[in-house]
Amino acid sequence: MFKKTLTMLLLILFVSIFALTACGSDDETDATDDAQGTSDNDTEEVDDGTDEDGDDGDGVKEEVTIDFMHLWPAGISAGQNRIVNEIIDQFQDEYPHIKVEQEVLENEQYKTKLQVVSSSNQLPDVGMTWAAGFMEPYVQGNLFSPLDDILDDPFRSSFVSGTLEAYSVDGVNYAFPLELNIAPIYYNKGIFAEHGLDVPETYDEFLNVVETLADNGVAPIALGNRDRWTGSLWYMYLADRIGGESALNSAIDRSGSFENPALIQAAEETQKLVNMDAFNRGFNGLSNDEAKSEFLNETAAMYLMGSWELPNFTTNEDIPQEFRDNVGFFKFPTIEGGEGDLDSWVGGPGVGLFVAENSEVKEEAKLFVKYFVEKWGEQSVTGAGVIPGTAVDTSSIDLPQLYIDVLNELGNASNITLFADVQMSPGVAEVHLNMIQSLFGNDATPEDFAKTHEEALAEEE
Amino acid sequence: MLYDFKKKGEHEMDKVMSDKKVILLYVLPALILIMTIVYVPIILTGYYGLLKWDGIGEKTFIGLDNYSKLLTDSMFWKSTYHSFLLAAFSVISLGAYLLVSVILSGKIKGSNLFRKIYLVPMLLSSVAIAQLWMKVYHPTNGVMNRFLLSIGVENPPLWLADTSIVLYAIFLPIIWQYAGFYILIYYAALKNIPESLVEAARIDGASPWQIAYKIKVPLIAGVIKVTIVLAVVGSLKYFDLIYIMTDGGPNGASEVMASYMYKQAFRMNDFGYGSAVGFFLLLIALTVTWLIRKLTATKEEVQY
Repeated sequence: MFKKTLTMLLLILFVSIFALTACGSDDETDATDDAQGTSDNDTEEVDDGTDEDGDDGDGVKEEVTIDFMHLWPAGISAGQNRIVNEIIDQFQDEYPHIKVEQEVLENEQYKTKLQVVSSSNQLPDVGMTWAAGFMEPYVQGNLFSPLDDILDDPFRSSFVSGTLEAYSVDGVNYAFPLELNIAPIYYNKGIFAEHGLDVPETYDEFLNVVETLADNGVAPIALGNRDRWTGSLWYMYLADRIGGESALNSAIDRSGSFENPALIQAAEETQKLVNMDAFNRGFNGLSNDEAKSEFLNETAAMYLMGSWELPNFTTNEDIPQEFRDNVGFFKFPTIEGGEGDLDSWVGGPGVGLFVAENSEVKEEAKLFVKYFVEKWGEQSVTGAGVIPGTAVDTSSIDLPQLYIDVLNELGNASNITLFADVQMSPGVAEVHLNMIQSLFGNDATPEDFAKTHEEALAEEE
Repeated sequence: MLYDFKKKGEHEMDKVMSDKKVILLYVLPALILIMTIVYVPIILTGYYGLLKWDGIGEKTFIGLDNYSKLLTDSMFWKSTYHSFLLAAFSVISLGAYLLVSVILSGKIKGSNLFRKIYLVPMLLSSVAIAQLWMKVYHPTNGVMNRFLLSIGVENPPLWLADTSIVLYAIFLPIIWQYAGFYILIYYAALKNIPESLVEAARIDGASPWQIAYKIKVPLIAGVIKVTIVLAVVGSLKYFDLIYIMTDGGPNGASEVMASYMYKQAFRMNDFGYGSAVGFFLLLIALTVTWLIRKLTATKEEVQY
């Protein structure tokens, strides 16, 4: 009897503690904020007392806290997370009256949370957004603050051309890019040598490589098309090489049509690759990570992916040195009779920083964003292997050769076509991604593929 | 002494419980809680279904447009069909669980161990189960295809990548996941049947099969009805394994109502339509529950 009562009591205690902490979490963080705020105040007073540098005038500034939400948890993105913390520390040292509080979520959770908090208009002061189609609803809803006022000249020109535009709506800039990627085709030099293959320079040579590998029982290309944007990269390159850089872009911005013969032909070529067994078995059911492991385990010879994978092929100690030394990359070859240029890339900026329109500390948040982007540009390649949206001087830093090659390609790029699913609005992007999966699965004909796109795009106009 | 005290306590209790205001006082906190976190959001969801809203910006009232679009949306009905298919398979598998529980509840050696073995999948989180089965179904390295290749199957199926079998491939882990739960419920119900009834039947010369079929199953009919409702409703709103393993793909071949709702709201930024799908899901689940209750209603409960 006594034992039972005790268990019941304990249970009730647990439940009530849980309920209290869950409901009161908001208040509680506020309370700790205040506590930390006052302690900061104390230390500052001590500082003021000791040094006589004349900083006393600044000392009266009001204490503020910037909420910063980002998607680089220490576990998954260790390098990025470390740099973020370093930059925040430096910033807080430089501006002692500003405190930056981080909220870190993993990618998918981040996207969901951003949407949920924005529906109740409680965006963090500073957060991360993706470009173009993703950020458009936020801009239309007046949730992001225009950043043109802090985009003064040495700062503006430090960005790689074209990256800022991806974060602009109607000529007004709403976010600063932190990442810039292009997608080369990585290949396994060992497998190529084993089968006497050279890096293909034309598309016919490329098809020959695919055929030779497939005949010898090696999966030519690793593709995880459950994620769908992965297959989209292949289609985008084919569209670019056949129809030139404007074909896909003009279909999406509605100055052209998706039923452009070049875009249909690109879909035909895609299915031709599928029917040649160019991709690993069951690609439509595999995630990108599973496909990547095919490439890392040397069961597939090629892998078309963004330059964000470079650390895995250069500095990541978890991957055998032997393998890393074996990875090279080549540009998607040009197609005979096509209009595409060898130096035209598929890629684009990844995440960028925004400032919330209704932030109570907008000035400080803008200050922080600018500070962050500048510092990030100096450290991200060497510290986390992330190519920043600002120009990198390759001569002054020590980097693996593969990085330097990719950075040079980036410098020589004639065009960077932004990932189709980022360019499109979320609704059309979903149609595009579904159609990519159907096309690769031979469930849709190239004509249907183009027609469905055209209809979805026309409906949005 | 103690007896008196207890008696007095009970008397007091009766007096307190007959006071309507006191009843209200006790019931109210829970009622308010359930209203604010369950019923109000349900009504709001129905209301959001009347809006054109991307979840971020302006809300525009568009009346029943979302709902009428829903009625002609072939993808929605396809996902509804998939959900009902899952419900059908879940109900059929209940038969197998019942059989296993009847055997386990008989006095066989090691029944305790088996009961625990069957319960283990339920203790795993959905994500772990999904990861596990994704490995099993891997087209080249998976246990399943390795096995099929080793016994000489030339072109083993692609499982999660094949639009014609992906749905069934994914049903298997879902059903496996809940086996332990239903077996546990049946087992507990069967163990509640008084031993004397089984003894009496045995003395009358009933075979074990007859005892199970004529005595035990009718006696737990109430529990069986509840599990049918649980299985059907659980299947109709099923989401997790599908979301993790295939994300409704390839090409919508494994889309169910809940994953479709999620996609509309969070991927396509169409909160209005997503809410309409969610509200419809609720209506369908309610109707089906009501139907099952009607169909399985009997005039009198079988008594011991």
